[in-house]
Amino acid sequence: MLYSKTVMEHFKNPRNVGVIDDADGVGEVGNPLCGDMMTIYLKIDNDKIDDIKFQTFGCGSAIAVSSMLTELAMGKNVEEAKKITNKDVAAALEGLPKNKLHCSNLGADALHMAIQDYEDKKAGITRPEPRREEGKHGHSQGEACLCPYCDAKIKEHATFCKACQSELDEEH
Amino acid sequence: MSNVNLDHISASHLLPEVQDAMIEAIKHNYGNPSSQNMAGEEAAEVLDQARESVAGLINAKKTKEIVFTSNGTESVNQAIKGVARANVDKGKHIVTTNIEHSSVNRSIKRLSQMGCTVTSVSVDEKGVVNPDDIAKAITDETILVSVMHSNNEIGTIQPIEEISKITKEKKIILHSDAVDSVGVVPIDVQKLGVDLLSYASNPYYGPTGVGGLYIRLGTSIWPIIDGGIQERNKRAGTENLIGIIGMGVAADLATKHMGERVSHLRGLQDLLIKELPNYIDEYYINGDPDNGLPNLVSVSIKYIEGESIVLMLEDDGYTVSTRSACATGSLRASHVLMSIGLDHADAQGTLVITPGIENTKEDITGFLKSLQGIVKSLRDISPLYNKMKATG
Repeated sequence: MLYSKTVMEHFKNPRNVGVIDDADGVGEVGNPLCGDMMTIYLKIDNDKIDDIKFQTFGCGSAIAVSSMLTELAMGKNVEEAKKITNKDVAAALEGLPKNKLHCSNLGADALHMAIQDYEDKKAGITRPEPRREEGKHGHSQGEACLCPYCDAKIKEHATFCKACQSELDEEH
Repeated sequence: MSNVNLDHISASHLLPEVQDAMIEAIKHNYGNPSSQNMAGEEAAEVLDQARESVAGLINAKKTKEIVFTSNGTESVNQAIKGVARANVDKGKHIVTTNIEHSSVNRSIKRLSQMGCTVTSVSVDEKGVVNPDDIAKAITDETILVSVMHSNNEIGTIQPIEEISKITKEKKIILHSDAVDSVGVVPIDVQKLGVDLLSYASNPYYGPTGVGGLYIRLGTSIWPIIDGGIQERNKRAGTENLIGIIGMGVAADLATKHMGERVSHLRGLQDLLIKELPNYIDEYYINGDPDNGLPNLVSVSIKYIEGESIVLMLEDDGYTVSTRSACATGSLRASHVLMSIGLDHADAQGTLVITPGIENTKEDITGFLKSLQGIVKSLRDISPLYNKMKATG
């Protein structure tokens, strides 16, 4: 099996699915190339996450990441929740296949955007839409590109993986 | 729970007759078909029998037009690179389509790195290429036209017969990748008019690791594997005799049962397509099933992602494939689905359902029931679905 038991368990029984109609913060992240999309809704009381819900369009790991993320964030105060990283989510899921790590980026990014949205509202800043489109690459800026054949780190736009001698398409 | 395989395009079981023949062959300890001793001659004889069986399956006039390879991909590489090398003095231009299998695409890409030029002709929204467009793409430099017989993702069958009229008139070699057609639908190389045809044994319940290339006598082609004189100098290296024996038996069975298999598979395909709207809504059927492969249904289910569906179906005991980018190593949307005009999100929700001869109507209705629940639960958590509902 490609995924850990914990990933499969969260995928099959996702926690905190849904929408919060009067949410205090909303974060939406989408990746048009891979096709994952995630929306996080927050209900915040006294700077504490009282309720968190998600909706996700994506693969098994994207759904499991969303579910685990809501469990990690639930009940935390905003400052603590800001510290939740992609690695925390992946670790709580007992790891993700390397080429699925970008799904965990999606989760933490959506949470941080929802918190930003909450703080913006509190500060009276209005943004057109609490949303960010990801770039063409399947990983967040600054994270390493991985060879799709052997998971070795490769340079952006590399056309050859030195680790496994595979030819690569320019976008990977 | 027993598993229902609706993913025969990925893997099929070996028929009992094939298994028996291969096990017997292993026990028999055949010699090397190229050896001039008794054991070798005996081996050469069974190799020829298998060659006859495969020739019969595709109506090759001569058994020497059948070259055994290690799989469909090798056959395709041999066909494309072998023609390019042998005809380098005539020209360096190749015509193909934009929905070919990666073995074709990458063989041609390799040649283009070595100086060949390529015209990739677009297909229509059903995935069918217009022979007129092939004719227009041909130049004085063209040495090869390579068009797949059927597509492994959407099942579309191409008008090879019409294309061969064009290539014959212009005296250009025509190759067809027929890996998903040979043994599944009737294939007659005389009627199709191809010079080269690639196929493999596993799509018709033979072993993996065995394929073949039909090479019409007189076709200008060089080997890509050099060495001994096996396969009439067309493919060096000792043959995979056990596998080839299995392929031969599978070919005989496919020839014998072709009619009943096609009608059984067509029945399951019709049932699946007819019943689908009673179980789910908002989906597309890709390709042109009525005129396509009888054993394939490609369906794009809106607002949800394919890998999730496949994982949940697996849990319910049904195996299918997806063309979702997330399920592939490269995280890239399928070039076939993009070529027929699907957008990224819809391509993401694409399942490829390929029943086999052992499947029953009950398998199909069981699958549909399982799919119904899965589509509902995945849509319930999909932001795309909920947005669509909110905005109408």
